[in-house]
Amino acid sequence: MEEKVIICKELTKQFGNFYAVDKVSFDVYKGEIFGFLGANGAGKTTAMRILCGLSFPSSGEATVAGFNVYRQQESIKRNIGYMSQKFSLYENLSILENIEFFGGVYDVSRKEIKERSDKLIDDLGLQKEAKKMVGGLPLGWKQKLAFSVAIFHRPKIVFLDEPTGGVDPVTRRQFWDMIYDASASGITIFVTTHYMDEAEYCNRISVMVDGKMEALDTPGNLKKRFSVESMDEVFYQLARGAVRKAD
Amino acid sequence: MQAVCLQHLTKTYDKGKILAVDKVSFEVKSGELFGLIGPDGAGKTSIFRILTTVLLADSGTAQLAGFDVVKDYREIRNRVGYMPGRFSLYQDLTVQENLKFFATVFGTTIDANYDLIKEIYDQIRPFSNRRAGKLSGGMKQKLALCCALIHKPDVLLLDEPTTGVDVVSRKEFWDMLKKLKSQGITILVSTPYMDEANLCERIALIQNGRIMSVATPEDIIDAYPVKLFGARADDIYKLLKDFRKDPETESCYAFGEFLHVTLINDQGASMEILNRIATKNKHSGVQIKEIEPGIEDSFIRLMNQNRECSNRPETVK
Repeated sequence: MEEKVIICKELTKQFGNFYAVDKVSFDVYKGEIFGFLGANGAGKTTAMRILCGLSFPSSGEATVAGFNVYRQQESIKRNIGYMSQKFSLYENLSILENIEFFGGVYDVSRKEIKERSDKLIDDLGLQKEAKKMVGGLPLGWKQKLAFSVAIFHRPKIVFLDEPTGGVDPVTRRQFWDMIYDASASGITIFVTTHYMDEAEYCNRISVMVDGKMEALDTPGNLKKRFSVESMDEVFYQLARGAVRKAD
Repeated sequence: MQAVCLQHLTKTYDKGKILAVDKVSFEVKSGELFGLIGPDGAGKTSIFRILTTVLLADSGTAQLAGFDVVKDYREIRNRVGYMPGRFSLYQDLTVQENLKFFATVFGTTIDANYDLIKEIYDQIRPFSNRRAGKLSGGMKQKLALCCALIHKPDVLLLDEPTTGVDVVSRKEFWDMLKKLKSQGITILVSTPYMDEANLCERIALIQNGRIMSVATPEDIIDAYPVKLFGARADDIYKLLKDFRKDPETESCYAFGEFLHVTLINDQGASMEILNRIATKNKHSGVQIKEIEPGIEDSFIRLMNQNRECSNRPETVK
């Protein structure tokens, strides 16, 4: 049996009489690239905040990396990585300083930080830029660096919230190469995207509509189920029935 | 007449250190739906801000509806409708108040040009007393479009109207643009989504401040110089690596459920060569076929060519 790193049972988040997340159940396996899709307002962000230990569910059960989302939020935070489209490294620190800072925050030892950052700078080909302020880097490099920092402490799971929004098509693909490598090294990838070609790169795709998980399967099976050629059409068929249209 | 005209437009920031727009020239014909296609940081917003007279270029000239963006800036401001990338209506005013405000600023009324916005406004009318800040993303976008149209502009400039918007809302938005075009409004729209390029009559592909190509989407695709193949196998990521390693491969990158592959020598037995590479590396479930390139394929090719020209190291093989 494959190891489960996220388990959700009837997870619900209620704001007043509005069900942002409505009895959602699913599992995510170790090393899996799990695509988390949904129209604007479907409840993706709310669900993700719960799984990252930033918000309590109203009811239902969930564990992330073996930790309970009600009682062990701090342990969850130590064992996950997070990266969003909005660049979150310190623009006025150099690449090395950012790595050192985030490594330190996650309790990576000084010796480990040194070793891993040397390798990271080599892998990214950023030797010349290592001591330069991050703010001046081109967008594509920033996103690749942000991802590398998000997995620097070797988390069990990394949450990626639209990591490639607005990035050029070449860099977007280099970014996915990094995702594949991370996945091959055993890190579970939980990713949201608006690019439907990227949905194809996931092992499994889930689609949320109006707070509920309306589909969860491999891209191939989803296309079969809806008798369509592309993930774009799968998503369109599922999401156009949505009642809710919020952010 | 050309609705929008740019000649060698150049803009730098930070005392010339950052080259945002690099000698950009293109024209948008009157009544045309023209797309400026490129990623973040390509220079799209700088171009829009120069055209709307809120930013001065370092050099080069531009005209909108025949008026110069520097000399005749007042004329242009009356004739252009601008929807910036960031939502910039008044969050504390209601839907109706925003619309009335923008109508008044332009010396007109909601009623005077109502037919132009009717179809879009009808969709947000049930919320006309709601504050703009409390609207959903899709509704904000519709209100912003109404406000940009309320003075019946000759030219509509839309800076990334669909960024961060889901597939369903994006489809709806492009349907609205088509209808506006049919009412004679010239539209210059930017987008980082390559699949939206096909919805424009003509497009400019822009990267690092430079225009790589201006043509109809069909012509850009026809100009793709080599044969393109789609390939897949059970272990597609290993297939990608194997193709990239092979000396006969010119380029190979992921594209949805297939890899897109081109060969250095694509005369003749391409299919055999590709199948041979897959077999040699012991792949199962192999499927290879010749495919039509899309705008994104053209964009990637042009980007890599430009990088080779400028000797930049970062190239996807």
